[in-house]
Amino acid sequence: MQTAVILSDLAAAAVAHGGDLLVLALALPALALLPAFALGGRWAGRIALLTLPLGLGVAVAIAAAVRHGGAPIAYHLGGWAPPLGVALRADGLSATLLLTTAVVLCAVGLFARADFKVPAGSRETRSPLVFWTLLLGVWTGLNGVFLGQDLFSLYVALELVSFSAVPLVCLSGRPETLAAALRYLLFALFGAVLFVLAAALFYGTYGTLDIGLLARHLAGADPVPPAVLAAAVLMTLGLLAKTALFPLQVWLPPAHAGAPAAGSAVLSALVVKASFFVILRLWFDCLPAAVTQPAAPVLAGLGVAAILFGGVQALRQVRLKMLVAYSTVAQIGYLFLVFPLALGAAALPAGGAAQAAGALTGGMLQLVSHALAKAAMFMAAGLIAAALGHDRIRELGGSARALPLTVFAFALAGLSLAGLQPSGGYVAKSLLTAAAEATGQWWWALALQAGGVLTGAYLLWVLFNALAGFRAPPTLLKRPRRYQELAVLALALGALVLGLVPASSFELVTVGRAGLVGFP
Amino acid sequence: MSMSMSLGLVADSFLALLILGLAVWTIAVRGTYAAVVGFVAYGLLVALVWVRLAAVDVALTEAALGSGLMGLLLLRAAACLPRDAAVPASGRVGRVALRVVVGVLCAGLTAVLAAVVLQLPEPAPSLAAAAAQVLPTTGLGNPVTGVLIAYRAIDTLLEAVVLVLALIGLWSLAADGAWGGRPGALRTREPGAALVLLAQLLPPVGILVGIHLFWTGANHPGGAFQGGAVLAAMWAIVLVAGLAAAPRVDGRRLRLVLVVGPALFFAIGLAGIWWADAFLGYPADWAKPLILVIEAALTLSIAAALGLLLAGPPAAEPGPGPVVGAAGQLSWKEQSSTDEHR
Repeated sequence: MQTAVILSDLAAAAVAHGGDLLVLALALPALALLPAFALGGRWAGRIALLTLPLGLGVAVAIAAAVRHGGAPIAYHLGGWAPPLGVALRADGLSATLLLTTAVVLCAVGLFARADFKVPAGSRETRSPLVFWTLLLGVWTGLNGVFLGQDLFSLYVALELVSFSAVPLVCLSGRPETLAAALRYLLFALFGAVLFVLAAALFYGTYGTLDIGLLARHLAGADPVPPAVLAAAVLMTLGLLAKTALFPLQVWLPPAHAGAPAAGSAVLSALVVKASFFVILRLWFDCLPAAVTQPAAPVLAGLGVAAILFGGVQALRQVRLKMLVAYSTVAQIGYLFLVFPLALGAAALPAGGAAQAAGALTGGMLQLVSHALAKAAMFMAAGLIAAALGHDRIRELGGSARALPLTVFAFALAGLSLAGLQPSGGYVAKSLLTAAAEATGQWWWALALQAGGVLTGAYLLWVLFNALAGFRAPPTLLKRPRRYQELAVLALALGALVLGLVPASSFELVTVGRAGLVGFP
Repeated sequence: MSMSMSLGLVADSFLALLILGLAVWTIAVRGTYAAVVGFVAYGLLVALVWVRLAAVDVALTEAALGSGLMGLLLLRAAACLPRDAAVPASGRVGRVALRVVVGVLCAGLTAVLAAVVLQLPEPAPSLAAAAAQVLPTTGLGNPVTGVLIAYRAIDTLLEAVVLVLALIGLWSLAADGAWGGRPGALRTREPGAALVLLAQLLPPVGILVGIHLFWTGANHPGGAFQGGAVLAAMWAIVLVAGLAAAPRVDGRRLRLVLVVGPALFFAIGLAGIWWADAFLGYPADWAKPLILVIEAALTLSIAAALGLLLAGPPAAEPGPGPVVGAAGQLSWKEQSSTDEHR
């Protein structure tokens, strides 16, 4: 009883200081990045590890403020109101992603301590400094994306993410990773150019870059101006290149598989979600239904192609990290099913707010549980590769006996990815399936089932190999640290627990949706 | 009146045709160096277009960064490539097909953009009037600086952080063994006498121009990015002529210079929560001095970051081997082969 009172007081305090919390979420990682770089050496890691729990606290406070207040938090930077100034805004979607990011980064930071330690005897070495500063850079950019309410600020935040993410790919310095990083950079820049071009078209049409103001202009636009149509296509295309939706996924597998394990976890769990989040903002909070409703099946169609292509490719891989990377290609596909499902619900004769909320919640749950599970999976794969000296799937025999905790965590994460009960992935897929049935779009549910079968198949293939050769475990080159294994296990369990919490916990996602596209 | 208008139209049409011609030439030309020269000239012409559009701030930025610094970076990249790295004149069929597809897509996009831009509302909706109207509260005279440091300060602040991250990204390409060394890409083994003379004569003037651009930015076209770019170029000339060595990348003082701009911007921005009730807000009486302090620190950090971006990743100390521009590249390759067995 006492704790309940304290908690509700804390939540009320968070609501009262909501705006300052948003500033803190953006400033904290950036303010850690600058001294981490200036002091360098061991300080980079120390500062990053100290900042991670603080950032988690801020994210929790924002989520509490949004949930408790039941309304989005907005903040005018410098006191200048849009359109002249720039606003930060946190609704349920933002709060969910801020929280997910902080949780994943805390686990990744803990995991990375062993791999990015400055060796005794030297003051500063290359990879630890680069890793810890870029980790803080990615975090700054991600928080900027999730809080951004202005198209140009979103562009800058996306660039922060890209400029921090690309060097993570080639941190090992191997030539093939440099090629992968360069290809990633080209796709990211292509996306950025299209994005900023589209932002200019929006400004040229309405004289503002603020998403809320644009939405208000567009709500009354009939017909939608051709410049807005062109901007919507260009911006979506640019963001799809950054998100690696099929057929723009070619850069992803080598990049995500080539990075060091902790880097792969950040790239696959969080970085591709940033551009997806902006698509979500654009389609649900800005563009009018007249544009999004007829175009949504195209996005979802590409999503289905991604699910099938990624799944089949994952089955064909020789190396574990490549398999996990192709699994990301497939899992990204699921996210795009949200568009026709949520928008289709809005077109129902009876309104369909509940169905739209279900579809959106399912999509976000898919995003969150994939973030947790995929970070766990990449880090588990990294531990296995470091211990065995290779990650060839066919030669994983005995690893389940030699590294029981790691392989167990991998299997748990796989449970959620395949959408098996009980897991966040299962609840996500059942919510999406329910939305597909309610809106009479059974074909999308079919794609969900096919994806689940493929995911199950490639994960069973890995586990089958890892469990084989039980009698003769391989000699390990390097034993993973226990805290690394626990960090992996914690994320995998997190993805699982999402399937066990009561459904009311997910109401955070839909805070601030009322009146927006898809929510009549 | 109509005479001057038609003259302007003729000049603009000529400029537009020249830009299009130069763009086509830059893409079509085979030699790497020729393409870079075309790109630099193209950037200068685009800067002229901005002048014609009365956007002098953008013109300065385009000339200093888009054309100048980008040109230097491209020249350095060209120096790293084999002498005749030109694309073979006759590619395979697949290559030609790909080019045709890319060409058609680009042409289609251009056509759509042209059609769309012509249909944009007239007169164009703009925030220029609003930006000028509230400018007196910042104490500034140049509305562009008002946008960059006051109304949209967050974008400038985050861009300054992006610059630091870009430098970290570049340095991350160094060999592990070279870490802590000096950037080597601008080292010349035997700089000519003319180059040395230029590096002695130009920087005193250039540094004044750089500082002037920052200082005047408060009221006239200019600002931290343009000033910083000029200062960086002066530094680069001194480095190329061998009059000074690039600093070691792990030096604390250098790191401090690199972060002082964004750090001070953040600090003053956060103080705004108390004295102006908003992050990145300025108290009415102190707005201009605070903005000048921020701009000064930003100019310094931007100059250092841009100069170091030109200077490349840290490289092993010069031996008999590496030549201009290739040092970073070579050491990276050496490292990659040892890394395979790590």
